Amino acid sequence: MGLRVALTGNHAVAYAVKLADPDVIAAYPITPQTSIVEKLAELIDKGELRARMIRVESEHSALAACFGAAVAGARTFTATSSQGLLYMHEFVHWVSRARIPVVMAIVSRTINTPWNIWPDHSDFVDQRDAGWVMSYAMDSQEAFDLTLQAFKVSEDPSVYLPVMVGLEGFIIGHTAMPVEIPDENIVKEWLGERRQPYVIDGSEPLGLGGLTFPEDTEDMFYHIQEAMNNAKNVIKKVDEEYGKLFGRKYGGLVSCYNCIDAKYIAISMGAWSGDLVEAVDKLREEGYPVGALRIRYYRPFPAEDIWEIVRNAKGIVVFDRAISFGAWGQIYTDLVAGFSLYTNKLPQMANIVAGIAGVNVISEDFYGILKSFIDKSESGTLERNYFAWIKVRR
Amino acid sequence: MSKIETRKLPLPHDARDKLLPGDAACPGCPIPIALKVVSAVFGEKAILVIPACCTSVILGTYPGQAIKTSVIHVPFASAAAVASGVSQALRTRGIKDVHVIAWAGDGGTADIGVASVSGAAERNEDIIYIMYDNEAYMNTGIQRSSSTPRGAWTTTTPTGKIENKKDMARILIAHGVPYVATASVGYPHDLYGKLQRARSMSGFRFIHIHAPCPPGWRFDPQYTVRVAKLAVETGLWVLYEYYDGKLTVSGPSRPYMDPAKRKPIEEYLKIQGRFRVITDELINEIKKYVNENWYWITKMSR
Repeated sequence: MGLRVALTGNHAVAYAVKLADPDVIAAYPITPQTSIVEKLAELIDKGELRARMIRVESEHSALAACFGAAVAGARTFTATSSQGLLYMHEFVHWVSRARIPVVMAIVSRTINTPWNIWPDHSDFVDQRDAGWVMSYAMDSQEAFDLTLQAFKVSEDPSVYLPVMVGLEGFIIGHTAMPVEIPDENIVKEWLGERRQPYVIDGSEPLGLGGLTFPEDTEDMFYHIQEAMNNAKNVIKKVDEEYGKLFGRKYGGLVSCYNCIDAKYIAISMGAWSGDLVEAVDKLREEGYPVGALRIRYYRPFPAEDIWEIVRNAKGIVVFDRAISFGAWGQIYTDLVAGFSLYTNKLPQMANIVAGIAGVNVISEDFYGILKSFIDKSESGTLERNYFAWIKVRR
Repeated sequence: MSKIETRKLPLPHDARDKLLPGDAACPGCPIPIALKVVSAVFGEKAILVIPACCTSVILGTYPGQAIKTSVIHVPFASAAAVASGVSQALRTRGIKDVHVIAWAGDGGTADIGVASVSGAAERNEDIIYIMYDNEAYMNTGIQRSSSTPRGAWTTTTPTGKIENKKDMARILIAHGVPYVATASVGYPHDLYGKLQRARSMSGFRFIHIHAPCPPGWRFDPQYTVRVAKLAVETGLWVLYEYYDGKLTVSGPSRPYMDPAKRKPIEEYLKIQGRFRVITDELINEIKKYVNENWYWITKMSR
C-alpha cells in the first residue's frame, strides 16, 4: 500500500494534486490557502511535479488562467479562500457553464469585513448556485482523497463539470495528521488521461461562448442540471473504486455514524463533525438513540440519500456553520426543501447555526444542544420546529 | 531582430476566406477591417480570446461564427489571464504553431482589464494582446472609458470628457515587454507589417489599434478610414513600434514629426459630432497634449 506521512490538510491537498499530475496550476496567495500553492511551487521547483505554474495577479485571473488552460486541453488546479473566492466568483460560474473540468480547493475562512481569518463555511456555501460539484472534507486524509477523486469526477464524460473541495482553514488546513498517500502508478492508471468535452488548441476553428439565444442557452443550462444528477452516481462509483484500490470508502455523498437504529439524527458538514461524533458517543453511553450524518457533497445536494437514512427518525438537528442572513442555515434550507419532495410530513427539526467567524464549538456544545432537543422531543414539550443561532462563549 | 519592412508588404487577397461575410457589425465599423488584417496574418492558426466588447456581438450568434478561427469568449476583465492559460497549456502540450491573441476593446484593456493586462505583461506571457480602441464603451451605448479623449461627448460625459486619454501603449512600454506598437485601421498595410513582426517574436506583444466608430463618434459611416487617417495626419494619433529598447516612428506618421506638416487639429475634430460641444480653450489643451506626446515620442525615438 501507500506511504503514511504526517500532513496538514493543505499539504495533503497539494500531494493529491501532485498525484493527479496537472499540466497547469494558477494561483494567487490568500490566507489560509497559501500553503497549498507554496507546497506545489516547491514540488515544481524540485522537479517532482511537471506542471507549469502561473503566478497571477489576482484570484479572478487565477481561475481565468485555469479556464483558458483547461479549454486548451490541460488538467488544471487552483486554490483560494474567502475574499479570493468571492473575487473570482464571476469565473466560478463561467467555468461550469462552459462545462470545462477544473479542480479547485477552498480552504474556508469567513467572509470579511471585519478582517478575520478564522474558518466557517460561508465562503464555500456562497458558491452553491454556481454549477460546481462541491465536496467538503472532515480531515486531512479526506481532503487528500476528495482532491484526488475530484479530478476523476470532474473529467467523467457524464459529468464534465468543475469540482471544488472544501476544508476548513487552520482546523484542517494547518493541523497535521497521518495521511496515507497511495501508489503513484496505481493512481495514474486509475485516473487516466485528461478528458474534456472539447479542446480549443488551434487544430480546428472552434468557437466557445459566443452570443446565444435564450432557448439554446436554457438548453445548455438544463444539461448542467442533468450532469449534476449524473454526478451522484459517478461520485458513488468513484468512492467504490477508490475504496477497492486504496482501502478508503466513505459511503458516497454522505457518511453515517450510528444512524441505522437512531431515533434522532444530527446532520453536519466539515471538521466539527468529529466533535459531533464524540457527542453522539457520549449520548449513546447515556442511552440516547442518536446518530450523526455528515454531508460530504453539498452539490449535487444529497437530499434523497439523506431522506432514505432519516425517514424513520423522530427528530433531526441540522448544524450549519454559515447563515443566509435574513433566513436560516443553508444546509437546513436545502434539506427542508429536499425533504418536501419526499414527504408531506416533516420530522421534528431544529436548525442550529453556530461556529460563525471561527468561533470554536466543541463536543460538549453539541452534547448540550442534542440532549436538550431529544429531552424536549421525548417529553412532548417540543411544540414546533425551531431555528437558533447559538453564540458559544467560554 | 526581424527585418520586416512595414510599409511595402502587399495584403493577401484571401483575407475574406477567414473573416466571413455576414458579421453583425454596424456600417463602417473598424473592427472587421482590423480583424481582416489579423486573419490575413494568422489564418486558422490563432486562438482569439475575446472579452465583453463589440466583437462579442459582431462575430454572430450560436451556433454560427463569422470568423474561421478559434474563438474563446471570456468575462470582461479576463482576456489577458485566459490567454495566459491557453498559451501555457499549448506550451505544455508542445503545440508551437498556434498564436494566442487577446482581442479586446479599450474598456476591456485600459479599464476593467488593466490588472490582468499588466499581470500578463509582467510575466511576459507568450501572447499577442490587441487593443482595438474605439475610445468608449460602444457596445453598451457610448459610455466614457479611460481611453476616451479629452473633450469628447459620450452618454456619460454629456458636456465632454475633462480628462486626457489613458496611454496604454506607453504603460506597456514601461512594463519592458518585447514588443509594443500603435496602429490604425486607416493604415492596414502598416498594421499587417506590425502583426507580422509580432508573429515573428515571442513573449508579450501589445498592439494598440486606433479604431474610429461611426455611431459612437458621430460621423458618417463612409468616413471611417478618413477619420482614422486624419487622426494620424493631424498628429493626434502617432504610429510607432517599440522593440529592442528602441522606439521607431512608423512610415505613415514619419512626416508629422515635423509640426509644420501636421494638418490643423480642427479638421479631425469638426468631422465628428462627438466634439461638437468642444470649446476653443479645450482645443488649445488638445494641441498642447499633441505637442507633449510628440515631444515624448521624439525623445524616445532618438
